[in-house]
Amino acid sequence: MNADAPRIIAREASVAAADTEAAGFAPVDLYSRREKIFTRSIQGRFQRIRLFSGWPLLLGYLVVPWLAWGDRQAVLFDLPARQFHIFGLTFWPQDFVLLGALLIIAAFALFTFTSVVGRIWCGYTCPQTVWTAIYMWIEQFTEGPRHARIRLDSAPLNLEKVRKRGLKHAMWLGWALLTGYTFVGYFSPIRDLATAAIDIDASAWPALWITFFTLATYINAGWLREQVCIYMCPYARFQSAMFDVDTLIVSYDPNRGEPRGSRKRGASTETFGDCIDCQLCVQVCPTGIDIRDGLQYECIGCAHCIDACDDVMKKMDYAPGLISYTTERKLSGGVSRLLRPNVLGYGAVLTAMCAVFVVALIGRSLLGIDVLRERGELYHVVGNEVRNDYALKLINKTQQTLRLSLDVRSAHPVSMLATPDPIIEAGEVQSVPVSLTIDKRALTAATFDVDFEVCADGIGCDSEVSRFFGPGQ
Amino acid sequence: MTLGWSIYIIIGTIGSLGAMLWLLFANRTTSGEGKTTGHDFDGIEEYDNPLPMWWVGLFVATIVFALLYLVYYPGLGSFAGLSGWTSQSEWQNDVDAKEARFAPLYAKLGAYTESELHQSSQAKQIGRRLFLNHCSTCHGITARGAFGFPNLTDSEWQWGADFAAIKTTLLGGRNAMMTPWGAALGGDTGITDMAQYVRSLSNATYDADAAARAAPQFQMFCIACHGADGKGNVLFGAPDLTNDIWLYGGESERIEFTLRHGRMGVMPAFADILGEEKIHILAAYITGLSQ
Repeated sequence: MNADAPRIIAREASVAAADTEAAGFAPVDLYSRREKIFTRSIQGRFQRIRLFSGWPLLLGYLVVPWLAWGDRQAVLFDLPARQFHIFGLTFWPQDFVLLGALLIIAAFALFTFTSVVGRIWCGYTCPQTVWTAIYMWIEQFTEGPRHARIRLDSAPLNLEKVRKRGLKHAMWLGWALLTGYTFVGYFSPIRDLATAAIDIDASAWPALWITFFTLATYINAGWLREQVCIYMCPYARFQSAMFDVDTLIVSYDPNRGEPRGSRKRGASTETFGDCIDCQLCVQVCPTGIDIRDGLQYECIGCAHCIDACDDVMKKMDYAPGLISYTTERKLSGGVSRLLRPNVLGYGAVLTAMCAVFVVALIGRSLLGIDVLRERGELYHVVGNEVRNDYALKLINKTQQTLRLSLDVRSAHPVSMLATPDPIIEAGEVQSVPVSLTIDKRALTAATFDVDFEVCADGIGCDSEVSRFFGPGQ
Repeated sequence: MTLGWSIYIIIGTIGSLGAMLWLLFANRTTSGEGKTTGHDFDGIEEYDNPLPMWWVGLFVATIVFALLYLVYYPGLGSFAGLSGWTSQSEWQNDVDAKEARFAPLYAKLGAYTESELHQSSQAKQIGRRLFLNHCSTCHGITARGAFGFPNLTDSEWQWGADFAAIKTTLLGGRNAMMTPWGAALGGDTGITDMAQYVRSLSNATYDADAAARAAPQFQMFCIACHGADGKGNVLFGAPDLTNDIWLYGGESERIEFTLRHGRMGVMPAFADILGEEKIHILAAYITGLSQ
């Protein structure tokens, strides 16, 4: 039928294929070999969308760590100092509940979008897809189009093959290094990273991490590619739980296409459906499936096959959309609804979580107080005075030096011994010892709550409750 | 580690690695593809398939790693390894690195005078951290003391209040010795009388008759350290008995206990732990507390 037929992936057949391998050393692999996929590059509507959505994200990733905010890096996740700077905001481990909310938002966004538009994340924005696309572009640039790559792959090792392959791997590694360097730059100041990485006397960690992420990128996008989506990615598998018959999927319309068959341009379609069996939809698929076999878990919804098929339909003077974004209900002649109970449910949780996140972000305290009781003595009595000691751990999460005022509230007449207003620099944690006293004769309980409050003008307050202990009645 | 244990560990370690290699080598052949080993449990049979190459490769790699590790790091009995690494030396390196980093700062602050240190917020911060780490266990995080441990924020200083005296206290430590006086004072009556006399010195309520009986004895025995007027003596660390500050309690029973059994107050020496420069900063922090 056509020369590339053996290249079509038929995973069921791979066990049989292993049997035909050369005798001699013929181990039964406990897993099947990966079939090489040579994707044909394609232009079209959805590829333009991918380009316009992908490039800004990619540029953002590469540029953001180089931005400066005042005299520090604008976005820096400083793990040793446990401070996470995002432009004007600095987050502390105490703010991790916000990260939790953010992850819940991300999860429900994923649920909502998946149940409405299917695997749009996989097809357009997942780094694995974007980086694989870049690597395929490099492959095309160095080794030529699909048929040239297939020829080169089966050709014996010669100078040309070494040159082309060498250039490809060098470019892959170069892009991987850029990726790894940028990624580490989010965690370690990127402007000093180059010197830190090559300085023999300095710590080996920057160089080690850059190497790790470089190799991980190279192996993921260069060698593993669709295997990550098919075998490794948990999301790829569990999102089928969010699919229903109204979910947008990339699908071939068998009612219109079958029976398939090749024919001359302008030929009558009485004996055939619209599918001319040109195999283009298979050749462009980055995961190597045949979309005409129906919905498959390997499909990442990238729409390469839609663009390829629409192009062919146009040439054949047929209507486009033999392969299209559609739903199972539409394919069986129904009308899909957007608003369904699961979408409304996911959407409601998503909206609620977004609201909670915004409120928590705006209302988060920029001061922190932690009260530690004196460990040596539970209480101290001098004459009629009962004293308790506390260490207040005060945190200044703002980016300016603050003069803080301390106060204590209680249902009992305690008073704080004079403590000068603590002055705390930006991003500093200071331990301030304070003493509370109460007249023994006013002591009506053996133990009671005391509420410490720390305030700064124009910033707000934070408080924590501790206990006061006395000798009892 | 004795030689015997060392040999025992070496044989055990190398022997285990050898046994692993032998196990791998012994399983290199199989009865053939698709054949079973003959094990059969409830209809489930075990195939005698060869091990995957990647798995064998990883296994061999771990053994090679283990051997290299045992050459480089301590692991084979008392053999120290080519690197000479010990957990103690790693800790020492960390400490040395940190001390080298902060040495210029301590050298700078160590040359300050007391009043310069009081004006430096940096010195105050460092002093407070040193205090919280080293002194607060006994003197409390607020430095207000505890039973038997003096309050450093009040006016009484057993061993002298000035910067030099406090520095001497920190460097060399102090031992305060109040001996038991029961026998010399004539038993229980003598002790209760003396307690009333001591209370009379500090304007506390007291039994005037009892105090009068003990007055001559105070001038005979206690005068040596606490002085004729009971104001104490910083040379011996003898506390002032005329104020209302009591290290071991000012109630009659507490004073009687002190007289009967004596008291031993110990301030440890910190010269070896902190060094002169840190103590210089700390002494200024402490004089600052009572101002």
